[in-house]
Amino acid sequence: MQEICPYLAAFRARFQLMLQYRAAALAGFATQCWWGAIRIMVFAAFYGVHASAAPISLADAVTYVWLGQALLALLPWVADPEIGQAVRTGGVGYDRLRPLDAYGYWFARTLGWMLARALPRAALMALVAGIVLPLVGLGAWAWRPPSGLAAALLFIPAFALMTALAAAILMLANVIVAASLNERGVNAVLTPLVIVFSGSLLPLDFFPDAMRPFLHVQPFAGLVDIPFRIYFADLHGSAALQGLALQAGWTLVLVGLGRLAMERMMRRLEMQGG
Amino acid sequence: MLQILVEALAKTYRVAERAPGLAGAVRGLVRRRWREVHALVDVSFSLEAGELLAFIGPNGAGKSTTVKILSGILRPTSGRVEVGGLVPYEERVKHVARIGVVFGQRSQLWWDLPVLDGFDLLADIYRVAPARYRRRRDELVAMLRLEPLLDQPVRQLSLGQRMRAEFAAALLHDPAILFLDEPTIGLDAPSKLAVREFVRRLNREQGVTVLLTTHDMHDVEALAERVVVIGQGRLLADSPFASLRAGVLAERRLCIDFAGPAPALEMDGVTVRARTDRALELAFNPVDIPTPKLIAAITAKHAVEDIHVDEPAIEEVIARFYDLHDAHEA
Repeated sequence: MQEICPYLAAFRARFQLMLQYRAAALAGFATQCWWGAIRIMVFAAFYGVHASAAPISLADAVTYVWLGQALLALLPWVADPEIGQAVRTGGVGYDRLRPLDAYGYWFARTLGWMLARALPRAALMALVAGIVLPLVGLGAWAWRPPSGLAAALLFIPAFALMTALAAAILMLANVIVAASLNERGVNAVLTPLVIVFSGSLLPLDFFPDAMRPFLHVQPFAGLVDIPFRIYFADLHGSAALQGLALQAGWTLVLVGLGRLAMERMMRRLEMQGG
Repeated sequence: MLQILVEALAKTYRVAERAPGLAGAVRGLVRRRWREVHALVDVSFSLEAGELLAFIGPNGAGKSTTVKILSGILRPTSGRVEVGGLVPYEERVKHVARIGVVFGQRSQLWWDLPVLDGFDLLADIYRVAPARYRRRRDELVAMLRLEPLLDQPVRQLSLGQRMRAEFAAALLHDPAILFLDEPTIGLDAPSKLAVREFVRRLNREQGVTVLLTTHDMHDVEALAERVVVIGQGRLLADSPFASLRAGVLAERRLCIDFAGPAPALEMDGVTVRARTDRALELAFNPVDIPTPKLIAAITAKHAVEDIHVDEPAIEEVIARFYDLHDAHEA
């Protein structure tokens, strides 16, 4: 407990801070509802023409969209803005003065940032898409619960690993931001990669057959594709465990890479002026 | 007990250089030229536990770089550094738990959080036991008169209030060494006095070793027994403040507005630095001619409208050090 207490404090500081920004949360929620509705309409149009060609049912596709919209803020598509700011203002100097593992310290803060943005929006989304929509007679377009108890239980570790994996990816992005003093380049590359390869834009099973063996094992699949398929029990039994292992494996690899990169970056760190 | 040991410390930065203008920018895309900047060259000094040392020198002299190396933020290009028996940049985590740092131009508190929340978080981050933390916090809150500020978000504090909170933040874990990088910069007079008084108490009463950089000679005068002068990355002097005061810092300026045309003043030990129609600026050393005596001598002979004593700016003093130590460089 004594060991992780400081990291919890770092997490808490960021989480607490981000929760203050209610307007941002509401605006994000509204945007995600809007996009969710549009994406569902696109799916509906597609299923209307070609339902037999689809790898999952329309009801699952609808839930896939809501779940994706709810957890959108968890996706690592932009580097943590606090890091870019810390590097530009020299606040990173104070980060070096904390008696903590440098990677762990940033990881905890990034995690706090992600979760504080994602959780309120997810709760609102569950309320609106999961409870209000069925009540007003739009049950066919609602966010449905996990497919069975096993799926629900397996989704818990899948969600935890998806969060850890996202933070590990963000940490690599953060280190590049710190080394290059600017987040624009990193974000420009990261955003499309994450949106396409995670399955956030389109479930990975909708991609051409030839690409799928690759798509299902690359690291970004652990962000959306694997946890969501566990939610639908599309991955169940040993396939679900394999999915979890893949998430965990990529998380470890990326944390390792991130640590190496961070150590290198910190050795080269230069601070100008003042 | 030796607490800080610095030997032959050097820090060299590599900066990209390009010719000015568009042509230079295009050429820089293809071939980049690097230039080495020597921020520190062969700096050596040491500090005993409980000492208070002031680092002075103009902007870009290397003061902050030295503090950043000693505090473990930067690693030097070469040389040896030991603080409390540890090499700061090799054993960073262990080292930083034992020091406190205040950068006058930055904040370590959370901008949007109340001061007290920030203290709580820092206590967790530094693993301070709750009972010890409360005792230390209450002590610092009393010393720095922070009570009315505790529930205000940091962004709402004035600079003077914020600096007081910053000092408390840097000391919650009871460090044995305190590094202060321009702690009084931008503060108004009462806040500067408060900061100096606090640092003095900390050093004298609690035995905290203090290394301070500043541009403000009054900081040095109020606090330091020993002064290190640094210029262009080199250590120019390391001497007790008293000897610095008797030497290069002794000079004073006397600015006089006369009621009539400025007279041709000729006195031993006094040089005329500047003259206009009705005003003179004199340089003198109060050790040779006490200030009251000089003023009396002048007002006895001439009708004077206004008179005041000035000290040379620190930049000027340092410039004189360059001359003394032949430290002119490109």
